[in-house]
Amino acid sequence: MNVAVCVKQIPDTADPPALDPQDHTLVREGKLIMDESDGYGVEMGLQLVEADGGGEVSLLSMAPNGERSGLRNALAVGAAKAILVSDPVLAGSDALGTAKVLAAAIRRLGPDLVLAGTESSDGYTGTTPVQVAELLDWPSVSFAKHIEISDGLLRVQRQTEAGYEEVSCPLPAVVTVTAGVVEPRYPSFKGLAAAKSKPVEELTVADLGLDPSQVGFAGARQQVISVEASEARKAGEIVVDAGDAHERVIRFLEQLKIL
Amino acid sequence: MDRTWVLAEQRDGVPAGIVLELLTAARGFGGAVEVVTWGPSSAGAAAVLGRYGATKVYDVGDIGESLPGPRVAAALAAQVSGGNRPDAILIGATHDGRDIAARLSVRLDLPVLTNVVGIDASGGRPTSEHAIFGGSTLLRAEFTDGIPGLFVIQAKSFVAEPAETSDPAGQRSPEIVAIDTPETGASDAARIVARHEEERSGPKLDEAAVVVSGGRGLGSPGNYALITELAQLLNGAPGASRAIVDAGWVPYAFQVGQTGKTVKPMVYIACGISGATLHMVGMKDAQNIIAINKDPQAPIFSIADLGVVGDLTKVIPKLIEAIKARR
Ligand SMILES: Cc1cc2nc3c(=O)[nH]c(=O)nc-3n(C[C@H](O)[C@H](O)[C@H](O)COP(=O)(O)OP(=O)(O)OC[C@H]3O[C@@H](n4cnc5c(N)ncnc54)[C@H](O)[C@@H]3O)c2cc1C
Ligand SMILES: Cc1cc2nc3c(=O)[nH]c(=O)nc-3n(C[C@H](O)[C@H](O)[C@H](O)COP(=O)(O)OP(=O)(O)OC[C@H]3O[C@@H](n4cnc5c(N)ncnc54)[C@H](O)[C@@H]3O)c2cc1C
Repeated sequence: MNVAVCVKQIPDTADPPALDPQDHTLVREGKLIMDESDGYGVEMGLQLVEADGGGEVSLLSMAPNGERSGLRNALAVGAAKAILVSDPVLAGSDALGTAKVLAAAIRRLGPDLVLAGTESSDGYTGTTPVQVAELLDWPSVSFAKHIEISDGLLRVQRQTEAGYEEVSCPLPAVVTVTAGVVEPRYPSFKGLAAAKSKPVEELTVADLGLDPSQVGFAGARQQVISVEASEARKAGEIVVDAGDAHERVIRFLEQLKIL
Repeated sequence: MDRTWVLAEQRDGVPAGIVLELLTAARGFGGAVEVVTWGPSSAGAAAVLGRYGATKVYDVGDIGESLPGPRVAAALAAQVSGGNRPDAILIGATHDGRDIAARLSVRLDLPVLTNVVGIDASGGRPTSEHAIFGGSTLLRAEFTDGIPGLFVIQAKSFVAEPAETSDPAGQRSPEIVAIDTPETGASDAARIVARHEEERSGPKLDEAAVVVSGGRGLGSPGNYALITELAQLLNGAPGASRAIVDAGWVPYAFQVGQTGKTVKPMVYIACGISGATLHMVGMKDAQNIIAINKDPQAPIFSIADLGVVGDLTKVIPKLIEAIKARR
């Protein structure tokens, strides 16, 4: 079975995020890392391919400046290859534009299953993967917390607001995975060395046969009007516990008439 | 704005809480408010929808064991393409709501504004508000082209209020109009074979006046009992950070934050939670915040009205004893 995993490369979450003052897009300069949320998709893909006994995991990423530093660990832990779509016209893409690019790359790859995160850590619209499914006319199961495959049928436990649903779904399909669905493995030195020689195919919008007016700022058809600091909540009283801090909490709750 | 549609997801035959919030917001836009619903008992939900101002209910009908995404999006897209075109469609940021929005966006080839926390329709054209970077920054956005505008809206962005009884909108039972679902093809091939609900007692997490949440600072899953007991004594609901949900200590239904529930209780008590931005967006609008954390530098203290720097395994048991002693 061949699995394609969508991996978003994002600015390091340890650095405070910033918007470009001109075009209001997230500043994406410098080194990018793989979104932690996509580590679960990579691991899930590897486990499903291992259980199936055949096929491979391919990575799919759309990122600026031919950036591939965020793919290295995923290649090192066992993904066989990657498709990287990078093109200056993609700057400013919204979720639908991004989905059009990913769907075109998936058509080229022809996997049995596409895995993605439930939402990214930087833009977190959470709509991209299901938009991809609709563009491909495939079924999708979002919020998977457990996945099994037998006889070409997916069995997914889908998280809901109140519990979970068991969903069965034929392939090909798009599944989004929640954090904690599996425990991602760590790359070894040997794996990191091997990752260097794994193929990364870099494609442009033209290579995918997409109309540039459908993606980037041109395709987004939404714009930021203003950005301002929200009124910040202020820190209040701080007490250091010397064995009696609970009494202060009690008084606070009394004032609110909770007690 | 002449006409706004609200997607009315049901829970056990009644509209989900967020639907009433969205109806209240839509009433403020001035134009007609109509809803789109699905499920076996749309007629039952209609009365409540009417009380919150809906004048018309488009009913997709019973979708059986299908996931709502493909079916509801196809039915909605067919209406819009057929000329029944509202100015805006408001969709709650639930799991099913997000699926429907995504598929509808592709079918109509229209963008979606997501993680919306406010909408201003006073200028005739709706603009949306987004609390980004953990709520530290407010961004306003708008569509540049095409209607309907598709908005996916966070829970608790608006306070649900029924229409005034003097308001004719709240008087009549809404008209129910059955709408067809066109062929959905392969996209609708997934089937729900079983549904499981987590057992929970006490008030609901997103409705409780008091929420007591625990995080990784609890140290072990067993210590979550401290959170449950304190919540129970305060007649509140227990919650959690994502760290301990991912670790499997408590079910996802307990999670507070960007990817969990948004809560606005009278008091939020954060125990052993560092205050990551993705947690804070879900609770920073609580009326009062108490934080218990052993690290004086923990970011949660920057928004707490009362911060206790201390070991929760010492502070919470004493707090529990003191509350019990008052009974
Ligand atoms: C603060 C902020 C707010 C935004 N608001 C909106 C909005 O309201 N509407 C809108 O349309 N756009 C919005 N965007 C833009 C949007 O985030 C980007 O278009 C992005 O390319 C796709 O969406 P996402 O990051 O939200 O992905 P999500 O849908 O949250 O991502 C889910 C999964 O899809 C896959 N995926 C997503 N992007 C890629 C990629 N580039 N390469 C490979 N896999 C990927 C990953 O597996 C990821 O885990 C916003 C961006 C920012 C920074
Ligand atoms: C896409 C995405 C979405 C996310 N969505 C959410 C979300 O919806 N909700 C959410 O909560 N998180 C979310 N997160 C995760 C978030 O970024 C943090 O990782 C998480 O909130 C941390 O949880 P925590 O505070 O329990 O753990 P930690 O950050 O590890 O904090 C533990 C705290 O406990 C304190 N502590 C330790 N021992 C004690 C003791 N004995 N007594 C007192 N204090 C002690 C420590 O000082 C520390 O401050 C998301 C992450 C991503 C990538």
